[in-house]
Amino acid sequence: MSRIYEYIHTSSEGHVGIISLNRPEVLNALNRTMIVEILSAMESFDQDENIRVILLSGNGRAFAAGADIQEMANDSAIDFELLDQFKNWDRIAAIKKPIIGAVQGFALGGGFELALCCDMVYAADDAEFGFPEVDLGVMPGAGGTQRLTKLVGKTKAMEWLFTGKRITSGEALHYGIVNRIFAKEILMEETLKAAAKIASQAPLSIRLIKESVLKAVDTTLNEGMHFERKNFYLLFSSEDQKEGMSAFREKRKPEFKGK
Amino acid sequence: MYETIKYEVINRVAWITLNRPDKLNAFTAQMNKDLKQSIKLASRSMEVRCIVLTGEGRGFCSGQDLAGVNEDMDHGEVLRALYNPMIMEIHQCEKPVIAAVNGVAAGAGMSLALACDFRLLSERASFVEAFIHVGLVPDAGNLYYLPKLIGHAKALELAIMGEKVSAFQAEELGLANKVYPEELWRDEVASYAERLASMPTAAISLIKKNLKSSWNITLEDSLEKDAQAQRIAGLTSDHKEGVNAFIEKRKPVFQGR
Repeated sequence: MSRIYEYIHTSSEGHVGIISLNRPEVLNALNRTMIVEILSAMESFDQDENIRVILLSGNGRAFAAGADIQEMANDSAIDFELLDQFKNWDRIAAIKKPIIGAVQGFALGGGFELALCCDMVYAADDAEFGFPEVDLGVMPGAGGTQRLTKLVGKTKAMEWLFTGKRITSGEALHYGIVNRIFAKEILMEETLKAAAKIASQAPLSIRLIKESVLKAVDTTLNEGMHFERKNFYLLFSSEDQKEGMSAFREKRKPEFKGK
Repeated sequence: MYETIKYEVINRVAWITLNRPDKLNAFTAQMNKDLKQSIKLASRSMEVRCIVLTGEGRGFCSGQDLAGVNEDMDHGEVLRALYNPMIMEIHQCEKPVIAAVNGVAAGAGMSLALACDFRLLSERASFVEAFIHVGLVPDAGNLYYLPKLIGHAKALELAIMGEKVSAFQAEELGLANKVYPEELWRDEVASYAERLASMPTAAISLIKKNLKSSWNITLEDSLEKDAQAQRIAGLTSDHKEGVNAFIEKRKPVFQGR
């Protein structure tokens, strides 16, 4: 089930659906069509029974070096409001399966925001994150001020957003923006291993864990606890729960079906 | 192409020669920039597999050109804008970098030599931590590299006392990899560099990277880095060539990939 896209490339390996941003000649600068394509690929993977984890990467030297500036340079505020392009980003945030980012080189501006949409990020040691929007007299518009702040807290977020300063892979690891760092030569291999590992877990558990964790970012503790509890109860209506617990008792490996 | 340096590639070795001999190759802002640019060029150039930094004339590099220093100068900003990016360019360079020290390396000139992977000295060469003599502090990575090369106690002595270190003293301290007689020095440097340029360049790059990172990480993290580096090296054609040559009892020919 591979569709033809203009700016991205999709493939799959086992239960992992892979989306590669594919405009290496412009360091994968994000244009509007590309975001529509990313969303479309993610939504197809989300509905594909065979896919359990989505891996998002960039072809070439960079993950994504920002948005396509030419495309928006002459837009007015009202053009933006009418177009409502950021609703696509809300739909990316609603993807139920885990999204794992593999980031090498630049993840700047919209590219950084896309990385922040991932549930986990593996980075190459040459990865550089940053929000240079301030240098252009604008600001992030696809979640940059919100997701970065939720992730690292107000003080560092302000600093990085005010200055546009680049964040090295080491800093990104320190502040919890990325999970692990690898040499760029083996980034894809290692990210695929991690994705395959998650894809081997019970798919329903993974999806409901993702939903619950995202809830925690967004709501009060009390509400989150109730939400978590409901999802916990829900899993006890699944075949995988019975399989997982029987396998544990019988000292064998479980076989999860996602049912 | 450059105002203050010469750049030439001979037998896969990029020779970068500081070229202000009448000033003992003292740093100007332009030289900081030229050096950074040329190291970047050599790092990216596919044909280059080793880099040699040396000085034209009697000196290697006598440090900052004091003619350019005035009372209004913000020394910190000069370092941030000019020296630090130059040192970082060397630090991040994946290819072996030799400081071919032909004469005096003083102040930031010594820092430059310390930032390189190898120091091959002419017997006429010397190091001077000149900073203290004008009431300043060794900079441009000097205090970072020096104790790692010669230990804390000696580093402190050199940095504070500022006494001249001769080529032979430098060799005893572990500051020089080799010291050669003046008349042989250039040929010896060339053959050392060409030998490095014929080695498995990808493996050299991984060795440099992991050795440097070993300064600030735990054994556990270092073991993981070994595993990652070995996976990468294991995929190179130079590894296959090395193994094949060993089996076939011949000399390996490495392509640097």
